[in-house]
Order: sequence, then C-alpha cells, then structure tokens
Amino acid sequence: MKSKQLNIIEMFKKQPVWFILLSSTILFSVLSGDFLTIRNLSNIVLQSSILGIMAVGMTGLMISGYFDISVGSILALTAAVAVSITGYSIPLAIAATLLCGIILGVINGILVTKAKVNAFIVTLAAMVGVRGLVYVYTGEREIIGLATEFEYLAAGKVAFIPIPIIIWVITIVVAEWALRKTVYGRNAYAIGGDAEATKNAGVPIDKYILGFFMLNGFLVAIAGLVLASRLNAATPTLGIGQEMLVIISVVLGGTKLTGGYGNMIKTVAGVLTIGMIQNGLNILNVHHFYSMLIMGAIFIFVIFMDAKLSKVK
Amino acid sequence: MHAVSSNLFSFGKRQGLVLAFILLLAIISFFAPRFLTYRNIMLVLTQVAIMGVMACGLTLMLIGGNFDLSIGSQLSLSTVIVVSLHDKIGPLPAIAIALVVGCGIGAINGYLVGFQKLTSLIVTLGMLPVVQALTLIYSGGTYSQIANPEAPFSFIGRGFLWGIPMPFIIFAVTAIVFGVILQKTIFGRRLYAVGGNRVGSWFAGVRDDWVIFFTFVITGLTAAMGGIMMGSRLMSAQNYLGKDYELTVLSAVILGGTSLYGGSGGIFKTVIGVLILGFLANGFIHLGLPYYTQMLAQWVIIIAAVWLDVKGKKGES
Repeated sequence: MKSKQLNIIEMFKKQPVWFILLSSTILFSVLSGDFLTIRNLSNIVLQSSILGIMAVGMTGLMISGYFDISVGSILALTAAVAVSITGYSIPLAIAATLLCGIILGVINGILVTKAKVNAFIVTLAAMVGVRGLVYVYTGEREIIGLATEFEYLAAGKVAFIPIPIIIWVITIVVAEWALRKTVYGRNAYAIGGDAEATKNAGVPIDKYILGFFMLNGFLVAIAGLVLASRLNAATPTLGIGQEMLVIISVVLGGTKLTGGYGNMIKTVAGVLTIGMIQNGLNILNVHHFYSMLIMGAIFIFVIFMDAKLSKVK
Repeated sequence: MHAVSSNLFSFGKRQGLVLAFILLLAIISFFAPRFLTYRNIMLVLTQVAIMGVMACGLTLMLIGGNFDLSIGSQLSLSTVIVVSLHDKIGPLPAIAIALVVGCGIGAINGYLVGFQKLTSLIVTLGMLPVVQALTLIYSGGTYSQIANPEAPFSFIGRGFLWGIPMPFIIFAVTAIVFGVILQKTIFGRRLYAVGGNRVGSWFAGVRDDWVIFFTFVITGLTAAMGGIMMGSRLMSAQNYLGKDYELTVLSAVILGGTSLYGGSGGIFKTVIGVLILGFLANGFIHLGLPYYTQMLAQWVIIIAAVWLDVKGKKGES
C-alpha cells in the first residue's frame, strides 16, 4: 500500500505536468459541456500555437540556465514590423521580421555574455526599451495590414491542419531533435548543469549562450509573424504579460529555472495546460480579473512545487 | 587596507555621479531656459518623491541580494485602497489599512523568498499579476476618487512646508531613517552580510531568513507609502497607476550604484540616482521629446549602470 502511494508520488514528481493537464481537462469538462468538443480542443491548440512557439525558444534558454522576459515586447515589435511591411512585399516583411527578432536576441545575448550583466536585468531593461521602440516605430498608433494574402499564414490550412500548428510542430520537432541528438543540445544541458565545468571542458559557452538568445529572438519573431498574420494588425500594447505565460508554461513543463533539466515535449504539455486553463476560464465566464489572479497564483504555486520537489531529490 | 581602498573607490564613484548630475542639469538648462526655475525644481522634487520613497525600500532589498518586481502593483493597490476608503472610514484609518496591506503583501513575498528560499525575481514576477488582479477585483475595475479634493489628506501629496513640497520632505525623512538603519543598526549590518554571502552569514549566526523577510516587509511598506502619497497627490486612483514603476525605481537604485548582486550600496547614492532620473525625465519633456523616449533612455541607463557595476567589481577583486 505504502509503496504504491510512493510510486504515485514518484510519478507525480517526474511528470507533474501530465497530471495537471489531465485534471484540468477533467475539471473543465465536468464544469462545462462546451469544453470537451473537437472544435474547442482544436481551438485551444490553435490558440496555444503562438505561446507554444515562444516557449520552444524559452525552453532552450532555460535549459542552459538563462531566461528572457523581454519576449512580450519583442513579440510586439516583430508583429509591428511584419504588419507595416506586408503592404510592400510579403517575403520582405517576413525576412525583416525574422531579422528584427534575431537582432534583438543578439543584443540581449551580447549584453549577457560580453558585458557579463545578469540576464534577468538585461532582459528586464530590454522589456522596457523594446516596448519604447514599439511606441517609436508605431507612433503610438495601431497599424493595420494592407495585404489580405498575409492572413493566409494564420488562417490557412494544409491537409486540414492550420498552418500555425504546423509551424509549432516543426519547431518542436527540430528543437527536440537538436536537444537530444546534436552536440549543441547536449552542451545546452551541460551549460545549464554547471557552466564553469563546461567551460573548463573546452566548450565556448559564451558563443552557445549568444546562440540560444539569438534562437529565442528568432522564434519570438516567428510567433510575432503568426500573431501579426492572425490579427493583420498590430497595436503598441500587444504581448504585454506574455513573458509570464511563456515562463509559466515552460516551468510547468518541468524545466528547471536553475538550468540543466527539461525537454520540449513536456513544455508542449505545459503550454497546452495554460491554453486549456485560459480557455476553460473563458468558457466558464470567469472575469478577466479573476483569471489574472488564478494564473499568477498557479505560477507561484508551480515555482513553489518546483523548488520543493527538487529539494526532495 | 581593503576597506580604505573600497571606500576611496566608492567615494570617487559617488563624486562622479554628482558631477554627471550637475553636467546634466547644465546641458538641459542650456537648451531649455525654464528648466532651472524655482517652480520647475519644486515640481521635479514633488514628482520624484514617490519613486524616491520606494527606491529607499528597494535599496535595502537589493543590498540584501533580492529584488521585488511587484512594487508597481503594490503601489496601485495601496493607492486604490487609500482613495476608496478615505471617504468611508476617514483618512487616518485608510492610511493605516493601506500600510498594513503593503506590509502583508511584503510578508507573503518575504515568506516565499526568505523561508522557502525561492528566487525573488520569479516569485515577485508571479506576484505582480496577483496584486494587480487584487487591485482590479477590489475596485471592480472602476476609477475611484475622493469627493472633496481639498480635504486635509491632500496635504501629504500637494502641500508645502517652508516652501518645500511635502512629498519631498517625506522622501528626505525616509532616506535619512533608512540611511541610519543601514549604517547604525544591527539589522543594517546583518543585511549587508546576508546580501554579501547568504550562506556565510548563516554560518556566522545571522538569521538570514528573517532578515530577508523584513526587507520584503519594508519594501511593501515603502510601496504603500508611495501609494498613499500618490493617492493624496491625485485625490483619485486609477487601477494601473503603478504599472512599470518597478523598472523606474530599479533604474534609480542601480544608477545610484547599489549592486544588483547584493552586499553593497547606500541610500545617499540612491537619492542621487532618483534625482538624476527625475530631472532627466523632466528635461526630456522640456526638450520636447515624446514620453516613450524615456523608455529607451531607461534601457540604456540600466544596462550601462549594471555594466559599470560589474566592471568595478572585477577591478576590485
């Protein structure tokens, strides 16, 4: 009896996210008949795809022991860049958006690796600074897209599967493959586990960290493209608070904030859990104020459990 | 020997900051003639007071090696509380309740960081929406105001004493009290020790968990004071008043030279940092620049200040 209980605890410790996902699914299906329908579930996946793409980059960063809280602002800037240029040329808009994300990622990365400034402060400052750039770029107005073909990126389907989901899946598969099978991925875990030892083993860790920040910026730019295409418009306040949702999803997926541990598949479960809770709260007509409170409380609870469980080990 | 050299180092740095401050004033006043007038200076002193009081609390927090991202939300909450309760239960009980709520939120943060040893940045990143949501739930998302804008309560935020704005006097008193706490009390000494090396101070017999707990309570208290001053100045409260305040306060503190890595810093430097940011923001407006250029300036200031801090640390060791 006791060993069985222990087993459940062990399982929960290893994969808490699946339990949370399952229990929130059950909870919301009991509370609302509209929740567990094919239409709503596919809607949740589609809605989660933007968050999911951002979470892929964040997972890579967090495995190597860093994180980026400027992603909400970068999302806003890349979306604004995308929408503003689609009127001239869509390929140019996509290229410029991706470049913009990469540049911002590189700026963060250089400040972290070369100037040795704490990543939290770098990205916190960038959160404000990039938001300022968004205001400068948009002139404090919303930008409306002129090319309706651009909407295809978010609204289109290939073999009945919406394109954002396909993009999300591709990023997950590539990232998971890179983390498991390539030297870059293995070194990410090594850097997150013990940066000093990895450095002494001859790995150019600064280059890696810069690379992870760059990739993170690139992925946020992809998310920005999808978001811009979905709205075919961009407002200066887009993406505020998004950084917290991304970090919650990744931590919920079991990636350790201290680095060295985590994987993409569980991040996906974390993203879906967050998407599901948000969708469920919406269906249940929970006021926005309360869902904000609930999300924040879940966040603190997850951090708390994360610390507790890693202490037990 | 080491103490002397580090003293000289910080002395030089402090003078550098004061010099930069004077230079800044000179440059802006050259382009904007109305910048250095009595009225404008008093205006800036009023404007910086709220940020300054909170910066005093955050200085303690940073010296202890932690950070509180939720102070902006706490400011919103206490402003809403004090304004909405003013007409119902009178100014003094309203102020008392706002202060207690501020300490209470600080205590929750302090418990999680001090006793549960969670990362302060992450805990308070989660606390930010929680406190903001509490504000919205409490106010129902509406705008609240005090019926009589001339009520005595407004003296805190709008009054003048001997020609000096009352908010600035509160800021000055807070700065002096906090300076004394840091320099002259056991708590201050222990705070530097915990910030410098938490584990080491624990081995030396310092209750690091309680010290950190109290830095959060104090920061919550200063955020509530800021909220009361804000409420008194506006005599009304809007739910998102404190949004992004944590960044402004943080830039003031680290611009002053308090280290992000804990264990060093001081109130006097913070006061200079607060004044620089206040005059800079005001100067930007005098120069006709749009408000969001301040966000860009903040980006540069924060990074540059921390970078200098890191470089300074390297030179020392």
